[in-house]
Amino acid sequence: MRRYLFRRLIILLASLWVASGVIFLLVEGVPGDPASFMLGVNAAPDTLVALRAQMGLDQPFVWRYLHWLGGMFSGDFGTSFTYKVPVAGLIAARLAVSLPLAGIALCLSVALALPMGLIAAARRGRISDGAVMAGTQLGIAVPNFWFAMLLVLLLAVRWQFFPAGGFPGWSDPLAALRALTLPAIALALPQAAILTRVLRSALIETLGQDYIRTARAKGLSRARALTRHALRNALIPVLTILGLQFSFLLAGAIIIENVFYLPGLGRLIFQAITQRDLIVVESVVMVLVFAVIMVNFLTDLAYAAVDPRLRRRI
Amino acid sequence: MKLSLIIGGCLSGMALLAALISLVWTPYDVTALDIAHKLQGPTAAHWLGTDHFGRDIASMLMTGARTSLAVALVAVTIGMGLGVPLGLWAAARRGSWLDEGIMRANDLIFAFPSLVIAILITATFGPSATNAIIAIGIFNIPVFARVTRAGALSLWQLDYIRAAQVAGKGRTRISGEHILPNIANLLIVQSTIQFSLGILAEAGLSYVGLGAQPPTPSWGRMLAEAQTMVTLAPHVAIMPGLAIVLTVLGLNLLGDGLRDALDPRLRGRLA
Repeated sequence: MRRYLFRRLIILLASLWVASGVIFLLVEGVPGDPASFMLGVNAAPDTLVALRAQMGLDQPFVWRYLHWLGGMFSGDFGTSFTYKVPVAGLIAARLAVSLPLAGIALCLSVALALPMGLIAAARRGRISDGAVMAGTQLGIAVPNFWFAMLLVLLLAVRWQFFPAGGFPGWSDPLAALRALTLPAIALALPQAAILTRVLRSALIETLGQDYIRTARAKGLSRARALTRHALRNALIPVLTILGLQFSFLLAGAIIIENVFYLPGLGRLIFQAITQRDLIVVESVVMVLVFAVIMVNFLTDLAYAAVDPRLRRRI
Repeated sequence: MKLSLIIGGCLSGMALLAALISLVWTPYDVTALDIAHKLQGPTAAHWLGTDHFGRDIASMLMTGARTSLAVALVAVTIGMGLGVPLGLWAAARRGSWLDEGIMRANDLIFAFPSLVIAILITATFGPSATNAIIAIGIFNIPVFARVTRAGALSLWQLDYIRAAQVAGKGRTRISGEHILPNIANLLIVQSTIQFSLGILAEAGLSYVGLGAQPPTPSWGRMLAEAQTMVTLAPHVAIMPGLAIVLTVLGLNLLGDGLRDALDPRLRGRLA
C-alpha cells in the first residue's frame, strides 16, 4: 500500500506541475496585452510601460511562471488586474457559491440514481425497468442549460416556488439554499441519468455472482440480497463515476451559473476572460484542475482501500 | 433491441436530412428579418413559429442542424484521426515508455474539465466554430486512444496475432491489418457517443457565445437569444432545445442499437 501511495503521489504532483505549465502557456502565451487592453487604444506609450512594469508584465515569461507557481504554494495567486484585490480572496468568495452548488447537485444525483438503479436492476426486463431506462436516455440527451430554462419557466415564473436567478448570500442560509435549488436540479439531472445506468449494470453484474445465490439459498429475500450484498459490491464502479462526475459538475456549473446569474467561479472566469484579467483566468482554471486531480486521486485511494486487488494493478 | 436502432436511425436521419436540405432550400431566408411577425407561435405559414426578429424558427433549426452536425463530425474525425493511431501504437508497445507516455498524457487531458478548456481555447483564440471544433476535438483524442488501446490489448493476446508475428509481420502491419478491423465495431459505437457529446458541447459553447458566430444559426445561440423572452414566447426556447434533445437521443439510441447489432454477445445484456 505504501508503495502504491507513493507512486500515486508522484503522479499527482507531476500532473499538477504539467497542468500549471499548460495553463500558463495557453493563457499568457496568447497575443493581446492586458495592459494595453486596460488603457485603451489612446494610451500614451510611457503610461503603458509604467503599467506593464506595475503588473509585472515586463518580466521574462519563465520568471512570471515561476513567480505565479511559487506564490500558489503559499496561497498567494497574485492580484487581479481589474478588481485590484488578491485573486485568492476573489476565488474563495466565488467558491462559497460554486462548491455548495456542485455538492448539492452531487447529493441530488445520488439520491435520484440510487432508488432508480435499484428498481431497474431488481425489476430487470419489466416495464418499470424499461421506463427507468427510457428516462435515463432522455436525461442524458437533455442539455442542462436548456433544462434549467424550462425549470425557471415552470417553477420560478409560472408557480414562483423558487427565484429565477441571483444569489442573496449566505447571511440568510434558507434563501441561499432556495436560490441554489433550481441550478442544482438542472446540474444533477444528466449526472443522475448516467449514474443510474452505471449502478444498474453494476448491480446486474453482481446479482449474477455465486455469493448472491448463496445468500438467496440461505433464505434471504430478493430485496435483502440486493440491498445487503449486491449494492455494496456494485458501489465500487459507482464510486469511480462519482469522482469523474465531480469534474463535470464543476464545469457544468460554469454554464448553469450563467443561466441563473449566480456569482460563482463560472461567472468569474467569463468576466475575467472578457476583461483579459489573465491572472484570474489562469488561477481559476488551476483551482478547477487541482480540484479534479485531487478528487481523482482520492477516488483512486478509496478504490484501493476498498479493493486490495487493485493496488498492484496501477 | 432492434427498436433502438430504428428509432435512433430515424431521429439521427431526420437531423441529417434537415441539415442537407438546408444546403439547397429552407422555408424562409434565415437572415431575413420580419419584425411585424415577431414571436409568433406555430402557424400554417411558420410551422414552428418565429423568433424576436420575426425569423422563421423551422428554417433556423434546419440551418442550425448543419452547424451542429458539422462541428461534431469534424471533432470526432480529429479525435479518431489522432486517438486511434496513438491507441494502436500504445497497445503494440505495451509497457514501454511510449505506452506510459501516451496514457499519462491522456490522463492529463482528462484532468481538465473539458468545458473549462474549451472555454479557455475559444476565449483566448477568439470565439468561432473552428475553435469550438478544436476544443471539442482535443477531448475526443484521449477517449479514442483509450478505447483503441483497451480493445487492441486484448487482441494482442490472441493466437492468430501471435501467429502473424511468427509469420514475420511487423507490429505496425499487424496493427493495421489485424487489430484495426477487429476493433472497428468498438470505434463505430464510440464515435456515435462522441458525436452526440459533441453536439451537446457545441450547443453549450454557442449558448455562452463561444461557438459559431452570427449570422451562422446555431441551436445553442438560439437558446441564448431565447432566454430573455422565454416568458413571452416559450416556443422560442422550447424548439431549439427539442432539436438538440431529439438529435442527441437519436445518436445515443443509434449507438446502443449498433453496439447490440455488431456484438451479438451483448444482445439483451446491457441495453
